[in-house]
Amino acid sequence: MGEKIKITVPLMADEFAKGNKPEYLFWVGSAGAFDDRYKKVTREFIKILEYLKIDYAVLGTEETDSGDVARRAGNEMLFQMQAMMNIEVMNGYEVKKIITCDPHDFNTMKNEYPDFGGNYEVVHHSQFLQKMLYEGKIKIDSDIFKNNKITFHDPCYLGRANEEYDAPRDILNAIPSVKVEMKNNKSFALCCGAGGGQMFKEAEKGDKEIFIERTEQAIETGADIICTACPFCMTMMTDGIKYKNQEEKMKNYDLAELVSQSLGL
Amino acid sequence: MTKQILFLISLLITLGVFSWTMARVFSYFKMTKPFPVGDWGKRFKLMMKVAIGQTKIFRFPFVGFLHALVFWGFLVILVGSVEMVIDGLFGTDRALSVLGVVYDIITASGDVFALIIALAILVFLFRRIFMHVKRFSGIEMKHISHYDANIALTIIFLLMVSLLGLNTFYLLLPHDVHVGYFPVSEIAAQRLGSVENVFFWHEFFWWMHILLIFLFANILPYSKHFHVFMSVPNVFLSRLEPLGYLYNMPEITKEVKLMMDPDAAFADPPEGEEEVARFGVKDVEDITWKNYLDSLACTECGRCTSVCPANQTGKLLSPRKIIMNVRARMKEKGPGLVKEGKDFDDTKALINDYITAEELWACTTCNACAQECPININHPSIIVDLRRYLVMEESAAPGELNATFTNIENNGAPWQFSPEDRMLWAEGLEMNDIS
Repeated sequence: MGEKIKITVPLMADEFAKGNKPEYLFWVGSAGAFDDRYKKVTREFIKILEYLKIDYAVLGTEETDSGDVARRAGNEMLFQMQAMMNIEVMNGYEVKKIITCDPHDFNTMKNEYPDFGGNYEVVHHSQFLQKMLYEGKIKIDSDIFKNNKITFHDPCYLGRANEEYDAPRDILNAIPSVKVEMKNNKSFALCCGAGGGQMFKEAEKGDKEIFIERTEQAIETGADIICTACPFCMTMMTDGIKYKNQEEKMKNYDLAELVSQSLGL
Repeated sequence: MTKQILFLISLLITLGVFSWTMARVFSYFKMTKPFPVGDWGKRFKLMMKVAIGQTKIFRFPFVGFLHALVFWGFLVILVGSVEMVIDGLFGTDRALSVLGVVYDIITASGDVFALIIALAILVFLFRRIFMHVKRFSGIEMKHISHYDANIALTIIFLLMVSLLGLNTFYLLLPHDVHVGYFPVSEIAAQRLGSVENVFFWHEFFWWMHILLIFLFANILPYSKHFHVFMSVPNVFLSRLEPLGYLYNMPEITKEVKLMMDPDAAFADPPEGEEEVARFGVKDVEDITWKNYLDSLACTECGRCTSVCPANQTGKLLSPRKIIMNVRARMKEKGPGLVKEGKDFDDTKALINDYITAEELWACTTCNACAQECPININHPSIIVDLRRYLVMEESAAPGELNATFTNIENNGAPWQFSPEDRMLWAEGLEMNDIS
């Protein structure tokens, strides 16, 4: 220990030029590339990929927004332009498998890109980590979270939209720690309030912000870690923790961060 | 013979009025857009699970269980109703008794279910009248919606009472043998012991039951209880894609391909192609027939609204209202559309006059409403279609979203960052060597 290894993230263009066809495209997503908090998650997940010696590459500056936000906000024209640009690039590199940390991009690429000729096997990072766990490639014996109480907030686009409730929970169960469920969980989960374009606009007039309601549900569990698996949920829960002055008592982590920290990466 | 003639007349009136109503309600389907369906095997399974198995209604366990009992009871009692029609038309007496043991099972379960349904209905009425169940109120719930529910529940209650009365007095008839088996009514009959006018009361309950069915059948299409007819087909025809999938707009794909392919832009447009009138949904002629079917099948139970994060936090949006608005607007505009064609304009529209932009922009597309709907209504798809109209036809997105669109278009991200900076996150990345 103590030694640091420099990571050079492989670019699809370079790999392709060398005649390599990486097994996975890691789709960073706009939030993963630009959102300060989620950039950390991207970095942690890259460490896991490196640790597992996964044959992967990223698109780098050739990647552009998936268009999910545009589509759900009603701008179908913009969505389709984004989708077709991305598909052209990915098909050019003969991409077959995609991993992403963003459930929104996961959903649109898995379910909606096929309508435009983009047919890939798309997995969310929680599903990828679950697979690695099942295959025995990830073994967690660290007990750094032993005394923590973790509650998982289901992202709508992983949960209800794609019925993936088990993968994140399987991973959390592999991390020695106490797990608690919120009042509304799995298919009953309450949205964080950021989907459908809400992330980028003020909420409509009401009595309360949705993220506060959800944060209160998390606080009720007595958890000291809210685990999420989505960049928008991350922003909302972080804001919620601040709003409720719980920063001393509660932290907000992505699944990838909990895994990489447990692995000591 | 007189009874047969009277029955035939009432049956014909019922069927006549019913067909007239249905013809009108269904004529509006012609005015809607296509929604392709296939995969019949999968649909059949879905219907058996969600409609017949009532799986989604159990998400609210207590009332869900009561509803499932009422539904399953209806299925059994339906057989008895068919028998009554046969008896009424042909002057037979319990014609299905030829089924033997099966008949005993059907009559016995029908008899037990009649009691269970009557009790469940009393619970439902109690909840509606005396308990303040939040999802039974809301801006879209007018007085008429409450009367509608209570009238339908009362009719169902009377249907069950008349059925039990019929069975009880059937057992009291001085026959040598009574066909069928009626565990609940048997107790009632024993309690009553010997009463006068058994023939009269038997006839009375028989007519009361069948006429209530005829009346109920003709009230339903005008009520939220239309779901009695529409929900099973609605589940059968519901979407099979994951909830996260939004339907494509091929007309936009065509436009985008033209933009991305400079050669195509100057080519002559292919002949015979229909020009797309409008992007997205402005009014009921822009919706698909499935959206309209959803609106006809909606029971206004409010489970969707009760789980909507926007509604829970006091925003104007109520998914139930959106669906009810579609039905109401079609009822209003449908006749004109059928008469004068798609260009019919009554100066109103689904958007603005029924559904405001404020409601639409409050949706997080979290799909909690669609997940909850016991009959698989899909609210988010129509909400997004309405947004599509606002954005692409009226350029009426909220200002911040317009800025977001501009960023995506110019920078390839919803934020104002240079696309050149898309790999900055990877700079200086290093990890612990734990090998």
